[in-house]
Amino acid sequence: MNRFFDIPSDLQHSWAGLIGLHLREALLPVLGGLVLALPLAQLCVRLRWLYPPVLWVTTVLYAIPSLAFFVVLIDYTGQTEVTVMIPLTVYTLVVLVPAIVDGVRSVPPETLAAAAAMGFGPVRRYAQVQLPIAVPAIIAGLRVATVSSISLVSVGTLIGNQGALGNLLHDATIYNRPELAWNAVLTMAVLAILADVLLVGVRVLLTPWMPSGTAGRGQGRGRKEAAAR
Amino acid sequence: MIRIDSVTKRYPDGTVAVDRLSLEIPDRAITVLVGPSGCGKTTTLRMINRMVEPSEGTISIDGRDTRQQPVNTLRRSMGYVIQNAGLFQHRTIVDNIATVPRLLGWSKDRARARARELMERVGLDASLARRYPYQLSGGQQQRVGVARALASDPPVLLMDEPFSAVDPVVRKGLQDELLRIQDELGKTIVFVTHDIDEAVKLGTMVAVLRTGGRLAQFAPPAELLTNPADAFVEDFLGADRGIRRLSFFSSAGLELLTAPIVAVDASAEQIAARATEDVPYLLVTGLDGRPLGWSEPGALTAGQVDTGRLLPCGRPFAAGRDSLRAALDCAVLSPTGWAVAVDGEGRAAGVVSQAAIGEAIRGAHANDTTGTTGFAGAPDLAAVQKAAR
Repeated sequence: MNRFFDIPSDLQHSWAGLIGLHLREALLPVLGGLVLALPLAQLCVRLRWLYPPVLWVTTVLYAIPSLAFFVVLIDYTGQTEVTVMIPLTVYTLVVLVPAIVDGVRSVPPETLAAAAAMGFGPVRRYAQVQLPIAVPAIIAGLRVATVSSISLVSVGTLIGNQGALGNLLHDATIYNRPELAWNAVLTMAVLAILADVLLVGVRVLLTPWMPSGTAGRGQGRGRKEAAAR
Repeated sequence: MIRIDSVTKRYPDGTVAVDRLSLEIPDRAITVLVGPSGCGKTTTLRMINRMVEPSEGTISIDGRDTRQQPVNTLRRSMGYVIQNAGLFQHRTIVDNIATVPRLLGWSKDRARARARELMERVGLDASLARRYPYQLSGGQQQRVGVARALASDPPVLLMDEPFSAVDPVVRKGLQDELLRIQDELGKTIVFVTHDIDEAVKLGTMVAVLRTGGRLAQFAPPAELLTNPADAFVEDFLGADRGIRRLSFFSSAGLELLTAPIVAVDASAEQIAARATEDVPYLLVTGLDGRPLGWSEPGALTAGQVDTGRLLPCGRPFAAGRDSLRAALDCAVLSPTGWAVAVDGEGRAAGVVSQAAIGEAIRGAHANDTTGTTGFAGAPDLAAVQKAAR
C-alpha cells in the first residue's frame, strides 16, 4: 500500500501533478465545447432547419473513435496534450448543443412575448432572459460532458503518455504494479464525483429562482447518451 | 387617442387575421376587444405595439404614426400584460416589476423603489418583493404582471386576456382591482378577452369582432346589450342579455316598504301594528338593525323571537348603489319573493316585492334612450355604468 502513490519516474510527475494535468486535459475541452456550443445552439434556435443536421453531425463526430482522431491529428499537433483535447472538445458538443437548444426553447412563449413587448431587442433578450432560464439545462449538459471527459482523457496514454492519470494504467502493466491501476481508476472516479458535485453547487448558486425538487430537470437526454457510450 | 385606420393583417399563407379594421380608441378609458377565437383580437392588440406589423392601413397615437419611432422605444412607452403573466422566472418580484424602468436607464435603487410603490398599488404585500414567481399564486403573479406594465407610468396599457387563466373568484378580484386602479390612474387601456361578461363589466367601449377579423359592433356595453347590431352580436352576447342589461339600471328608483320590519325584541303590539295585508311576512332585524330573516306574523313570539325558526332572507342588495339586476336577483332568490334592501352600514332599509321591481324595470326601459342616441350617449353611459358598479 505504501507504493500506492509511488509514481514511476517515466511519467515525470507526482500524483498531485498528474491530477492537475488530468483536470486540465479534461476541463479545457469542456470549456472549449461550451464556447463552441453557445453560438452554435443559438443558430439552431433561430434557424430551426439547422438543428437536425447539426445534431446529426455532432452525433457522427461522437461516433468516431478517439484513436482515429489521433491518427489524423498527430501529423499536425504531434504527440501533445492538444491532440488529446481536440477530440474531447468535439465529443462534448453532442451533449452541450442539445442541452442548450432545449434549455433556450423551454422558455415559455408568454415570457418571450412579454420580453418583446417590454422592448427587449434580440441580443438583450437572449442574454438576459433566454440564457439565464436555460442555465439548469446547460449545467445538466455540462455535468455529463465533464464526467465523460474526465474518464476519456486516459486514452491519451496511447500517443506517448499524454493520458495523465490514464498513463498509470499503462505503467501498471509494464511494471506489473496493479496498485497503479487502482490508483488511476479510483482517482478518476473521485475527480468525476467532485466535479459533478461542484457543478450542482454552481447550479444551486445560479438558480435561486428554481422550485426545489425539480433539480434534475432537462438532463435526461445527456444521461442516456453517456450511458450508451 | 389611438386610431386604427383600415388596418389589415394578411399572413404569407393568405390567411386574413384582421380585415380593414377601423377603431378610435378613446383616451383614459377601457376599450375591450372581444370575440370568438380566430377573430383577430390579439393580432389587433399586437399591431398597436408592432409585435405584429400591419399589412395595410395605419395605426397612430395622438396623430403620430407608430412606425415613425424605433420599435423598442414605442414598446417601452406602453405597458403590456399577458395571459399567465409571462413573468421572468429567474428574477425576483421587485426586479420583474423594475424591468422597464431599468431598460429606460433608471438607477437600480430608483427602479426598485418605484417597483415597491407599485406592489402596494396593485395590492401585493411588501414581503413578497424578494420572492421568485414560482412562490406566488396565479392571481398574485397576474398582479405582478399588471404592476410591471405600470412601472414606467406609460399612458397606454395593452392587456391580452390577462385574467383568463385564473379561477372565477380570483378573476373577479383582479377585475375589481383593475377598475379601482383605473379610477386612480386613468390610463388608456386596450383589453382583449373572449369573455363577454368581462367585456361588459370592464369596458367603457366594447368592440365585438367576428371570425375573419371584421368589426361587428363598437359601442358602450349598455348599448350593446340593448341594441345588438346583428344576429352574430346577439348570439355572442348570450341568452340572458335582457337580465344582464339590468346591471346598467340603478336600484335608486325602487320604492322601499319599511312597514313590515320588526326588531328581534318587538312587543306583541308592535308585531300586530307592523303586520299589514299588503305583506304576508315580517322581516325581523337584530338590535343592530341588520336583517335576520322572515317570519309569518302569527309565528312570532313577542319579546324574544326565536331566530332559529326564521326563513332566511338571503343576500340583501344595497339600496341605490346596486343595480336593478342585483335587486331582482335578491327577490328571485328570497323564499318569500321579497327582496331586502340594506343601507351603507348593512342595516335593513326596507323590502321590495318582485312586482315592484318588475314595475321599475318597465319604467327604466321606458326612460332609457340608449337605443337611439348611439355614440353621443357614451359619456353618460359610462357614468351610469360606473354608478352601477
